[in-house]
Amino acid sequence: MSLKHDIEFKLNGVSRCASVRVDMSALDMLRDVAGLTGTKYGCGEGECGACTILVDGLSLNSCLMFAVDCHGRDVVTIEGLAADAKADALRAAFVEHGAVQCGYCTPGMVMQASHLLATHPDADAEAIKRGIEGNLCRCTGYTKIVEAIASVSRTGKPGARS
Amino acid sequence: MKVAEKTKFIQPGTLIGKRIPKMDAPEKASGKTRYIHDIDLPGQLYGKILRSERVHARIKHIDTAAAKALPGVHAVITAADIVDQRPIGVAKDHLPLKTDKVRSLRDEVAAVAAESEQIALAALRLIKVEYEDLPILTDPAEAIKPGATLIHPEPRQPGGQDALKPSGPVAFTGKPDNIAMRFDYCHGDVVQAEAESDAVVEDTFKLHYVTHCCMGVSGMIADFDSSGNLLMYSNTQVPFLHKREFAEYLNMDPGRIRIIQPAIGGGFGSKLDIYPFEVICVFLARAAKRPVKLVFTREEEFISSPTRQPVLLTLRSGCKRDGSLTFRTVHTLHDNGAYTSWGATTPFVMMQTFSSLYRVPNCDYHTVAVYTNNPYAGSFRGYGNLQATFAVEAHMDKLAEAIGMDTLEFRLKNAQEQGEVSGQGMEFDSCGFKECLTTAAERSDFRRKFAENVKNRNAPGAIKRGVGIASMLHVGGGAKIYPSDGCGTILKLDDFGQVTLITGASEIGQGSETVLSQLVCEELGLPMSALTVVNNDTAITPWDVGVHASRTTFIAGNSALGAARLAKAKVLAAAARKFECPAEELDLRGGYVIKAASGEALIDLPRLMRNLHFSDKAELVMTTFYYEPPSSYQDKRYKGNVSAAYAWASQVVEVEVDTETGIVKMTKITAAHDVGRVLNRLGIEGQIEGGIVMGQGYALTESLIIENGVMRNPSFRDYKLVTAPEIPEIDISFIETMDGEGPQGAKGVGEAPAICVAAATANAIYNATGVRICGLPFTPERVYRALHGKGEKLYLAPEKAA
Ligand code: FES
Ligand code: FES
Repeated sequence: MSLKHDIEFKLNGVSRCASVRVDMSALDMLRDVAGLTGTKYGCGEGECGACTILVDGLSLNSCLMFAVDCHGRDVVTIEGLAADAKADALRAAFVEHGAVQCGYCTPGMVMQASHLLATHPDADAEAIKRGIEGNLCRCTGYTKIVEAIASVSRTGKPGARS
Repeated sequence: MKVAEKTKFIQPGTLIGKRIPKMDAPEKASGKTRYIHDIDLPGQLYGKILRSERVHARIKHIDTAAAKALPGVHAVITAADIVDQRPIGVAKDHLPLKTDKVRSLRDEVAAVAAESEQIALAALRLIKVEYEDLPILTDPAEAIKPGATLIHPEPRQPGGQDALKPSGPVAFTGKPDNIAMRFDYCHGDVVQAEAESDAVVEDTFKLHYVTHCCMGVSGMIADFDSSGNLLMYSNTQVPFLHKREFAEYLNMDPGRIRIIQPAIGGGFGSKLDIYPFEVICVFLARAAKRPVKLVFTREEEFISSPTRQPVLLTLRSGCKRDGSLTFRTVHTLHDNGAYTSWGATTPFVMMQTFSSLYRVPNCDYHTVAVYTNNPYAGSFRGYGNLQATFAVEAHMDKLAEAIGMDTLEFRLKNAQEQGEVSGQGMEFDSCGFKECLTTAAERSDFRRKFAENVKNRNAPGAIKRGVGIASMLHVGGGAKIYPSDGCGTILKLDDFGQVTLITGASEIGQGSETVLSQLVCEELGLPMSALTVVNNDTAITPWDVGVHASRTTFIAGNSALGAARLAKAKVLAAAARKFECPAEELDLRGGYVIKAASGEALIDLPRLMRNLHFSDKAELVMTTFYYEPPSSYQDKRYKGNVSAAYAWASQVVEVEVDTETGIVKMTKITAAHDVGRVLNRLGIEGQIEGGIVMGQGYALTESLIIENGVMRNPSFRDYKLVTAPEIPEIDISFIETMDGEGPQGAKGVGEAPAICVAAATANAIYNATGVRICGLPFTPERVYRALHGKGEKLYLAPEKAA
């Protein structure tokens, strides 16, 4: 069938290699080859953010990235973030603030939020809303997601309603 | 009993009304929850469906030889391979795999099971289908005309269960027209009432196609064991109804079908019906003798999952000079699409709003659902009520203006009250409607802003501010549309004082398992951590009619509460025997049996459980309860108290309309909801916020564009969901009317918040600009055209009451 390629990269802090089809997306590689199903498929075309991962510290839609382009990179998924102490506070905030309903958008939201707070630790409600603009949620109406992220931002104020 | 030194006193406390995080949230927030997409079975194949890509055509020939020859392909099926196909859907007008004809773009023509998705897709490309195009019918007003091309000329098989039951709508099978369903309702005499009216208004409203956009796409896995028993991993919202229906479609004993529901990535009503893909997935598993997983792409989800019911609606309403409503006459034309799903039955709910939201002494309502070659509509949060409320609330404003009455006063004068029975026979045992109106109006300063905006309409500046109010009535205590509207519970207490709540009610993200657990823990005096919920396996859970009609908190809540009360009685009886005192003097609190009067702890629950279990009598504490609400079927004329309780809400929407660009910005929504009682504040706020933003999308941005039967925007790029920066400020008030039948006084709320947003937005745009727009959504183009005198011409309803 299609051409395969061997890649070597860091996945959630651990070096690993994989043999992937050249037309495979990073999303499919993570889910089907690495078996990490926390990263979700929502649209496959960069419009929903359910597949958000961190690559060399940047948040990306893994559905738009080729698996082969992970070669030599540092890839972090929700599973890797879950083991991170700083991420604990963020995940706890999502739980405590009721930012999770069906939960399908949640891993992508948490990834995007963690990237947002890493780059903009002082983000206020408005900045948070802009920061998660590319992540769709059909259940929550976003308010509680914004409140959750705001509660762990340095401003510390849940300002979604101001 | 002497109080020993170590005596413990347990302070009273309650879980009711608290902000309790969802029990499944930690798993979901760490990416560990398994959705259907995340499950793989050993030996599993991947299913894919070939769709027609023709809007209306005869299938002349299908050649699957090349697909079958492709390495890795295990099964290729068409209608010819499945000799025992039976029609599915609400009116049984739909074969999963189409035989001689395709009637819409989404129609399933063939399917493949292969070792990978890539191979399955490659195989689909090798299937050659020859079509002969037929005339396309996409305008329901054309489709209803005599002599129109028939979408279903073949006599249909009888047997549409709900469509044909005596009290249900009439399904015209084998008739020489395109009418799928018809509803006619009336109370009073509208002709007489119109003659006595001081003001009469009439408008035609056009409500559009939108779709659920669950973030998790549809999918399922079908697996037969070696004895021919079928296991389905399914996203359904109605597992027990599906079990029965699948048995019928597959000619199987229902006892051999088991459904497991993995976590669901959003439902909103989309998973109430059985769709062709689900039956096809089973056909593939049967043909390939391997488990088959079939998951949609997002594009497929747009094209092949149901929509909200599009409606063309003409409303005529009247009132007296003193502000009392006199009559309402409604004619609606529903685009049924090519097949009949639950969307066709939304008139059940629509007529409730026309007949009973306000006191209307005379009401006539007529609906015809017409077959076309468009996508077909299913059930969607609110179930016809968004459409009906949009029209009714426009006329509340219009009539108030016509008689020169304050619009809030006009509503208050006609609002239902506790104890009333509506013209349709709905009994309002708890009703906070007037409080909803006044609360939303006061908290938003509605009256002052309303008057000020009218004054400022002609002031300079492109931006006009508007404020609008709308209210809604929806079932809040189940809906009796099936022989039972009940739910079963099994409750098990173990030797460690842990409780397992086994409920028929599914969790679809709405938080049911948390609220049910709260009710049980409250009754048994336990912390939330003492409880495990099992709610997703028909082989284990007791019967439930399904997640719909905002019924789960009310119905499953009462069921769980009933089981918990029985368990509590058992435990206290055992403790009473042990401590030789009357059971009435004891209570459960903080994991202990206590003396009710003092709070003194007598024994911890685990120890008491072990005493019971390992005694001579060896007793286990396990209880069952089935709750059936005291509601009734509607009669043939759609009259009856269909729900055990009703939910009410009023919402005030504030907008800024840019009259130069047509852009409408929603700045604030003030919502007041009669929810009976708040059980979980965090959960209920989330339901309301989420529903409001879904309503915002319906009002402002979302629209499926269907041109000649072809969907033009099946992607998130072109179908615009609301994103985080666009959400309005939301102010929520809860009106607690403590419903006498509801669990701890609560009523259903799931659908309510989405219902009146668009209606209130239309009124707000009118308040800002003096222009009433009768079509949705309020896109810049539509608003600009309306403001600049280039509004779309709406056609009139095709049929008037004789
Ligand atoms: S799946 Fe990648 S953005 Fe939607
Ligand atoms: S919680 Fe369901 S999509 Fe966000």
